[in-house]
Amino acid sequence: MKVLVPVKRVIDYNVKARVKADQTGVDLANVKMSMNPFCEIAVEEAVRLKEKGVATEVVIVSIGPAQAQETIRTALAMGGDRGILITSDADLEPLAVAKLLKAVVAEEQPGLVLMGKQAIDGDNNAVGQMLSALLDWPQATFASAVEIAGSTAKVTREVDGGLQTLDVDLPAVITADLRLNEPRYASLPNIMKAKKKEIAQKTVADYGVDVAPRLTVVKVTEPAKRSAGIKVESAADLVSKLTTAGVL
Amino acid sequence: MAVLVIADNDNAHLRDGTNKTVTAALKLSGDVDVLVLGKGAQAVADAAAKIAGVRKVLLAESDALGHGIAEAQADAVLALAGGYDAILVPATAGGKNFAPRIAAKLDVAPISDIVEVVSADTFVRPIYAGNALETVQSSDAKKVITVRPTAFAAAGEGGSAAVESVSGADAAKTRFVSEEMVKSDRPELAAAKIVVSGGRAMGSAEEFQAVIEPLADKLGAAVGASRAAVDAGYAPNDYQVGQTGKVVAPALYIAVGISGAIQHLAGMKDSKVIVAINKDADAPIFQVADYGLVADYKSAVPDLMSALTAAGK
Ligand SMILES: Cc1cc2nc3c(=O)[nH]c(=O)nc-3n(C[C@H](O)[C@H](O)[C@H](O)COP(=O)(O)OP(=O)(O)OC[C@H]3O[C@@H](n4cnc5c(N)ncnc54)[C@H](O)[C@@H]3O)c2cc1C
Ligand SMILES: Cc1cc2nc3c(=O)[nH]c(=O)nc-3n(C[C@H](O)[C@H](O)[C@H](O)COP(=O)(O)OP(=O)(O)OC[C@H]3O[C@@H](n4cnc5c(N)ncnc54)[C@H](O)[C@@H]3O)c2cc1C
Repeated sequence: MKVLVPVKRVIDYNVKARVKADQTGVDLANVKMSMNPFCEIAVEEAVRLKEKGVATEVVIVSIGPAQAQETIRTALAMGGDRGILITSDADLEPLAVAKLLKAVVAEEQPGLVLMGKQAIDGDNNAVGQMLSALLDWPQATFASAVEIAGSTAKVTREVDGGLQTLDVDLPAVITADLRLNEPRYASLPNIMKAKKKEIAQKTVADYGVDVAPRLTVVKVTEPAKRSAGIKVESAADLVSKLTTAGVL
Repeated sequence: MAVLVIADNDNAHLRDGTNKTVTAALKLSGDVDVLVLGKGAQAVADAAAKIAGVRKVLLAESDALGHGIAEAQADAVLALAGGYDAILVPATAGGKNFAPRIAAKLDVAPISDIVEVVSADTFVRPIYAGNALETVQSSDAKKVITVRPTAFAAAGEGGSAAVESVSGADAAKTRFVSEEMVKSDRPELAAAKIVVSGGRAMGSAEEFQAVIEPLADKLGAAVGASRAAVDAGYAPNDYQVGQTGKVVAPALYIAVGISGAIQHLAGMKDSKVIVAINKDADAPIFQVADYGLVADYKSAVPDLMSALTAAGK
């Protein structure tokens, strides 16, 4: 079974995003960029499926600027087999990303799409569900455990109130939550090997899908700042302050 | 224009996120209907009918809907979508699971996690873990929106809408196997007035239960946790507060042994009053805390319990 893993290049999770003074967006110039953490978890899971002999090939795809090539290389160093880079100058909305991924699925015919539940920049938590809907494939989002048995996947999901386990027929779309696994660090030899792995170069135009934006960003602003309060000396002091504040 | 709100419920109870989403819906239109998806959920529909400002309640039931299977939920909504200009879903894990499917099927851009309705087509939503607020204007004729409940006041009671049954839906390729729900008599985390959260400092599940839970119970509070505490197995996943967990905005949030990573702050920085107990005076949590207590929780929490008792709590 071939597994397709879409990965996104985003601001590193340790970097605090700063809003541009002209309110047109977030300042990404000279900011450290990395693979979206949830995508890393998806890559790790796909590589583990390959190591278990369940997956035969792990194909990494990213849609983004030319530098998204580095993100694909990182995934290849973790154990992905080959990559597809679809360059786009414009920021694409989840609907456009899902349509492009649907076109990639049509070409690649994977038995499973494993992806992140959410990108930490857009925070949409949408692309996986949308891809699954466009393909009419079942979905299992927010996965904390995945077990493939024949033509079904048993997926444990993090839901409101606890955990839920579903059986979905393959092919399916599964999105990774934080506790699915702990991604490995690529070893130096694997980083070297990844440099030789193939990355197909495509552009959005190659797929002939409508990626016109439906949303216009009117502005991007900074949220109201919360200022640090005071330090209290003791628990008794704290209780009296909270009583005065009327929150107890 | 007419708006359809999808109720947040567990087949037995209507959750408060529904009332808050109705408030957002009423900013768009006076014609607001509520759709309850579930199984054996008549009581939920009856409760939704009492929300002030609701025109009509629709109830769709099936096994798959009772288990919150996204494919069925999306299909049930799509069957009704023709009659509405906007579909609003509470941005809970359950809502985020099916709302984007509806948008994809309708070929519209979903608008996720809104915190403000600016006008009928313009909304504000947090991005980058809440470090930026994006105002977006949608050109789609029909809108599919998830609503961050903590950003809106709950619509009150006083309505008496009619309840109507509509057809349910099933999922052919997805089957429910089992669930493991956290049982608790405490208030629901997302709606609680007070939240007590514990972090990695607890060191074990036993310690978490011995320290955080009694404090929460004394205050009638819900229990939350940092990702580190959940990852380490000190607390169940459902307790995680943050960018990728639950967003809470209680009147009082007490963080015990939590450092205050941006991902955690994203889930609680809109709380009215924040208290931090941490032994490291430089922990970032103190930058957002109204009241900080620099102390070892091992002595500070028992002291706090006694001080609360002394104050008659
Ligand atoms: C008006 C507008 C302005 C924007 N401005 C910016 C901006 O300034 N900076 C910026 O970085 N983005 C910008 N975007 C893009 C936007 O924030 C999201 O990146 C995009 O809509 C996808 O949503 P998401 O990343 O939140 O997806 P999610 O649904 O949260 O992502 C879930 C998963 O989908 C997959 N995925 C998502 N995107 C890709 C991709 N490109 N390639 C491969 N897999 C992917 C990954 O597996 C990911 O884990 C803008 C979008 C719009 C509509
Ligand atoms: C993609 C992604 C998503 C994430 N999503 C979330 C999320 O939704 N929610 C979330 O919480 N995190 C999230 N995180 C993790 C986040 O970055 C932090 O790692 C996490 O919040 C740290 O948890 P903590 O504060 O409990 O642990 P630590 O950072 O280890 O802090 C422990 C604190 O306890 C204090 N302490 C230790 N001993 C004592 C004592 N005896 N008495 C008093 N204080 C003591 C220490 O001084 C320290 O400040 C995410 C990370 C990533 C990469």
